[in-house]
Amino acid sequence: MQNESSGVLNSFQLGEPAAFEALFRMHQHAVYGWLLRIVRNHAAAEDLTVETFWRIHQAHARFNPAQGFEGWARRIATRAALDWLRANRTECELPADLPAAATTDPAIRAEIRQKIALAFSRLPPKLRIAATLAVVEQLPGKEVAEALGISIAAQKLRVFRAIRLLRKDLERQGITP
Amino acid sequence: MNEQEQDRIKNLLQQTLPPITADAEPARDLWPAMLRRMNAKSATQPQFLPAQFLPVWFDWALLACIVGVVAVFPSSIPLLLYYL
Repeated sequence: MQNESSGVLNSFQLGEPAAFEALFRMHQHAVYGWLLRIVRNHAAAEDLTVETFWRIHQAHARFNPAQGFEGWARRIATRAALDWLRANRTECELPADLPAAATTDPAIRAEIRQKIALAFSRLPPKLRIAATLAVVEQLPGKEVAEALGISIAAQKLRVFRAIRLLRKDLERQGITP
Repeated sequence: MNEQEQDRIKNLLQQTLPPITADAEPARDLWPAMLRRMNAKSATQPQFLPAQFLPVWFDWALLACIVGVVAVFPSSIPLLLYYL
């Protein structure tokens, strides 16, 4: 996300529609990319981008221009994604059409991958987001913690709990990691 | 669970769910959808309070409720911290 002039940020904070549109156009791709990393579904990421900017629009009076737009938007987007994951827990799938790095090990059988994906989709949404960003996307702990609005220690704890639950679920499915 | 086990599970997870490339973009311009959303909401939103005050008011009410619950039931503090 690029830096924007303080004039646009101040105007947005005062509720100026043109400033909101400028920020939307400037940040929609970055917000969409962030949401796609979390929900891993194109259609949902598009809907959530609109939802995120709606929440941003509603909260403009609380925005602090001195703290910048990017981190604030990312926190709101993460919260929107968390709400979506909570509402769609049984429907979460892992579509194969997402652009991804070609690092898949052929030694891991498709059946095992399916079981891992299933176990991962069953994680509590808060833990799942932390694990997605920190383990799958391999983002720095500080960045993940800021997006989740928690400390780095709390973020590490969430990842640890996610991994522990994942191991238990895999063991129940007959997979010993 | 030791560190090696953690690393093995993390590796399995990375093999199963590869990271999404950073340059992913929406298939369409989302501004028209944003405008539709804003128009729909402004037509249905109740106007008993100015919109910019509503979230602030709600935050303070929520905070007051949490403080009240913690004051009456101090044993709920660990539960609250767990969900933070």
